Amino acid sequence: METSKTNREIIFNAIRASLPDMKVEHPGIPVFQRTAAHLQQLFEQHLNEAGGAAHDVASAAGVGTLVKALHPKAKVICSAVPEIAGTRHIGIVKDPHELADVDVGIVRARFGVAESGAIWLTQEDLVVDALGFLSQHLIVLLDPEHIVADMHEAYRRVRLNETAFGCFMMGPSATADVEATLVHGAQGARSLNVIFLPASER
Amino acid sequence: MSIVKQVNPVAAAELFIIQDHVHEPMHDRFLWGTMQRRNQQAAAIPEWEELRELASKIKEHTLTHLDLYLEEFERNATKRGAHIHWALDASEHNQIVYSILYDHGVKELIKSKSMLQEECQMTPFLEKRGIKVVESDLGERIQQLDGQPPSHIVFPAIHKTRQDVAKLFARTIGTDPNNDDPHFLTEVVRNNARPRFLAAGAGMTGGNFAIAETGTFMVCTNEGNADIGASVPPLHIASIGIEKMIPRVEDMGVFLRLLARSAEGAPLTQYSSHFSGPRKNGELHIVLVDNGRSRRLGMPDFWHSLKCIRCGACMNTCPVYRRSGGLSYGATYSGPIGVILDPTFDEFKYSELPFHSTLCGSCSEVCPVKIDISDQILKWRRVMAEKGYLPLVKKLSFSVAGHVFGHPEEYQTLQKAAGPAMDHAPHFLLYNNSLNPWTRDRELPRVAKQTFREWYLANRSEHGNVQN
Repeated sequence: METSKTNREIIFNAIRASLPDMKVEHPGIPVFQRTAAHLQQLFEQHLNEAGGAAHDVASAAGVGTLVKALHPKAKVICSAVPEIAGTRHIGIVKDPHELADVDVGIVRARFGVAESGAIWLTQEDLVVDALGFLSQHLIVLLDPEHIVADMHEAYRRVRLNETAFGCFMMGPSATADVEATLVHGAQGARSLNVIFLPASER
Repeated sequence: MSIVKQVNPVAAAELFIIQDHVHEPMHDRFLWGTMQRRNQQAAAIPEWEELRELASKIKEHTLTHLDLYLEEFERNATKRGAHIHWALDASEHNQIVYSILYDHGVKELIKSKSMLQEECQMTPFLEKRGIKVVESDLGERIQQLDGQPPSHIVFPAIHKTRQDVAKLFARTIGTDPNNDDPHFLTEVVRNNARPRFLAAGAGMTGGNFAIAETGTFMVCTNEGNADIGASVPPLHIASIGIEKMIPRVEDMGVFLRLLARSAEGAPLTQYSSHFSGPRKNGELHIVLVDNGRSRRLGMPDFWHSLKCIRCGACMNTCPVYRRSGGLSYGATYSGPIGVILDPTFDEFKYSELPFHSTLCGSCSEVCPVKIDISDQILKWRRVMAEKGYLPLVKKLSFSVAGHVFGHPEEYQTLQKAAGPAMDHAPHFLLYNNSLNPWTRDRELPRVAKQTFREWYLANRSEHGNVQN
């Protein structure tokens, strides 16, 4: 069934007939002053509070060692980053259902947000969106220089006109729906580890 | 012709309160804990009050230019490849969703939480037509398995104990009724939902905000369940109320800083996802729903309720909601926001709700978009009185109170008389449970030895002995 043009017109006519007489101006968003100091430290603190963890590695070679240490029993490691091969490259995945068995997904975030510990991931970073959500565990590479202070700065940095999907991910999946008790791993990733590693070290 | 009955929140609240000594205090404690976390988060942000003012003004700006922003959103979302549908009301919304599913041969649907889909009663409509609908949010899934609507817009099953959930899962999923560990219960639903995500022909979500500038809508969850539903099945359908528009991307910074802090005392929800057109190899349909919203926009006293971002802070702070439970409102939206939204759908059916409030004003104080909720509750009382929906018991007590407050000398006499009377009134008269469920677990406050008026005359007025 196609929605007829008339429904759209009926709604618009009803809205126009109902619009309040008083028009309110857009207030404009002021620039809130921030100190640029300790962004990485704040990011890490808030990531911990969100149930995630952050790690430093000396070089790209250290990523593989760390992934093994964090997930010793992982069978399927699906990577969307050049720094680590994993057992399955995301490039060969044609359909999201193929990701149902992924133990660990590895992606690189565009930037992090200090005030929440969230990271920004787009469809281009995930390659197949479902990698970010079907994987039992996530490893996220992040350049520590790419951390913004707050959501105002974050939204100046996202490019929603360039991607079909973008997500601020703040730690692993969580719920508090049974007696307000916090449990991680509700439907998405059970754990989320951020590894600080500049992208230039490829 | 079916006869619409008035919901009776007092009777329903009484059932919640008297069922045992566990549920009501637990409910109260959890929501108050959430409120305290919200207060800590708010206090940690120096510009918190400024953000509330900005959010309020941006919403008012958008709503007073709603036609323009809806056109802009439609234009940009279409350009990105989304299919836009317009639904006048709930039944049209359901029809549109059904026809999209039918056209794609979809027999099974996985959905995330959407109050709008609740409002439209979508699930029973689709199930009657042979489509299997599975809720993927844990709280919503619990409520679906129990055949109940959500009792809270953010924590749908917050009125249930872990034992309730364990017994429910034992009955419906076949798990151990004695294992009531929330970790175990969460894992049960995770394992139960995974195959459904993979089998579903479509995923459905709601939308927390729709950004006109880019044709993007965004969805906030803690579980990541909306993202699985949107990224695994080939078809994504989103139901979005026409009031969810936001002009520009940069406006989102204000709203996301407020939303999760107000809702649950966290800086963000775990997932804040932005959908701008269909994903790679996917198809995206957006159903924009009016269902009374355009009419509400034309109500001078009530259109500000359209600013609501569904955080639930007003419910968590409300002394009446916390004690009576969300199901007692008998409506899709409960708590203070429900009291002012529900009557716009059916004034008679929800005519009792505006009286299910103490008018303490706390809801207006915590609302992140500064809706004048308690003022609107009072205005709804006036509407109900004018329509003659006022229940008899309240008509009587209001006329007595009206007379007494209109004659100050009688009020003073009564007030003085009340003190001694309280001391001697038989306890059963004040604490008659069947007359007044609110007093069941409460002691009346002591009556002051001196009234404020007496104190004022003695200490502060020109008639008394002013100190210093």
